[in-house]
Amino acid sequence: MSFWDYIKDLSNIARRVAEWTGGEWWVYGLLGLLALLLFLVPSLLALIWIERKVFGRLQVRYGPNRAGPFGLLQPVADAIKVMTKEDVAPARGDRLLFRLAPALAFMPAMAIFAAIPFTRNMAVNLDIGVLYIIAVGSLGVIAVFMAGWASNNKYSLLGAMRAVAQTVSYELPLVLSVLAIVLATGSLSLVKIVEYQTVPLLLLQPLTFFIFVVAALAELNRTPFDIMEADSEIVAGYHTEYSGMSFSLFYLAEYTHALAVSALIATMFLGGWKPDVGIPWLWLIVKIYLVFLVFSWIRGTLPRLRVDQLMGFAWKFLFPLALINILIVAIEVQALEGFPGWLALVNIPVAAIILIGMARLFRFGRVTAPARAPERG
Amino acid sequence: MPDIGLGGAVGFWALATLSVGAALGVVLLSNVFRAALALVLCFVGIAGLYVTLNADFLAAVQILIYAGAIAVLLIFAVMLTRDTQRGSLWNRYRVAALLIAGLFLGTVLAIVLGTDWGTARLLSDAPTTGGIANALFDKDAGFVLPFEVASVLLLAAVLGAIALLREG
Repeated sequence: MSFWDYIKDLSNIARRVAEWTGGEWWVYGLLGLLALLLFLVPSLLALIWIERKVFGRLQVRYGPNRAGPFGLLQPVADAIKVMTKEDVAPARGDRLLFRLAPALAFMPAMAIFAAIPFTRNMAVNLDIGVLYIIAVGSLGVIAVFMAGWASNNKYSLLGAMRAVAQTVSYELPLVLSVLAIVLATGSLSLVKIVEYQTVPLLLLQPLTFFIFVVAALAELNRTPFDIMEADSEIVAGYHTEYSGMSFSLFYLAEYTHALAVSALIATMFLGGWKPDVGIPWLWLIVKIYLVFLVFSWIRGTLPRLRVDQLMGFAWKFLFPLALINILIVAIEVQALEGFPGWLALVNIPVAAIILIGMARLFRFGRVTAPARAPERG
Repeated sequence: MPDIGLGGAVGFWALATLSVGAALGVVLLSNVFRAALALVLCFVGIAGLYVTLNADFLAAVQILIYAGAIAVLLIFAVMLTRDTQRGSLWNRYRVAALLIAGLFLGTVLAIVLGTDWGTARLLSDAPTTGGIANALFDKDAGFVLPFEVASVLLLAAVLGAIALLREG
């Protein structure tokens, strides 16, 4: 096996090491974890820098530019600052759960990466890949709950409650949009979904892509869906009381989750490690970064939704749209015995017509002001 | 009985202890919120047991529905009732509760001990998703009608909930 083969498919290195140590399963596990951390830690630092730079440019400022060339060392400086800060816990809160929540917040985001195929072999080829990712991703909200409740703070609790309402609402369109992909590809395995994409699913199912990205943004609690930590309404929501390293764990968990969802979008819609030339896993990483760049762009452009708008959008717009989408995909799969590439030419106009039509028909409900409380005095 | 090896045995006992411990926590913790979190832990432990049985699909569904949805709704309900966050383990129905619980325990024990539990000689095939789908939707031997009836039942429940909560 040549040097190039090892670079193209890093799992060859893992196999070699595992053979050398006797082929135990935990060697694979440890190597996988190591590889993941080697990807994750530099990526997180880079993403934080990228996002701050993008925000700066979008808001006609420079963004970080003091620490190192182009402000590249800013995340490192931030990390040092955060680690040296005092970590305070509210005296009347639930100490145990307060400490446990930041650690738990990190776990689901990390666990998602286990099923992301960086190449055909560089992944746990789970037969239920997509289902596993949705299931694990849905656990993140429990850490938010714990944080909000253990803080013993009204704003934190409000933020946590908003979080659950939002997550439960947007999980439906998310799962339904994934269902459309599973219908077309006929598999839950992410490796098979990537191998299916001779034409990226972004072109084949643009409507699915729209629903998934919007719902995923809501699940990530990024603007325009960040009402659960809306700084101007409820201070910072569930992590109001957190400081120092505990806070930064939440911060990092948020970025890890964003990275994981970017990876999922790159895998399911942009063809994952394809085109299979050069170094395949590098293609995926480039795609992940591109998706994240778009996320930052959206975050820097759109204002925050109101609570009632958020719920109305999920239930009255996204949810019916997801149902229509499934119907269309199911009919196409049944009628055409598969999902040929030329269908993109049909599906893109269809998606545009449906989206514009539904957007024109869509109305938020009439907002009635709550009855005034009787004057005191 | 299939040989599960040392790793399998360690995994089984760790997960079993975790599940039972968490289940005890659900009943014995007086802090309602912590009890609900213990329930999540119990669900996750059971999902882990499914994984050791090669029932990967079932495990993912267990996490998605029980830990991700039902437990989350439960916690939501607990948060809305902040006044009673410290539930009491004892109340004045002690004798009646003991009686009923004892009867229930006796019944369950009688069934568990009286049944001849068959032991699988082989592990199930690794990808179970296709098998489950075939078992459910096979044209001849499938359960299409019960499956559809279940979905109609759920729809009726949703409609009922909406009808109950509609204003005016």
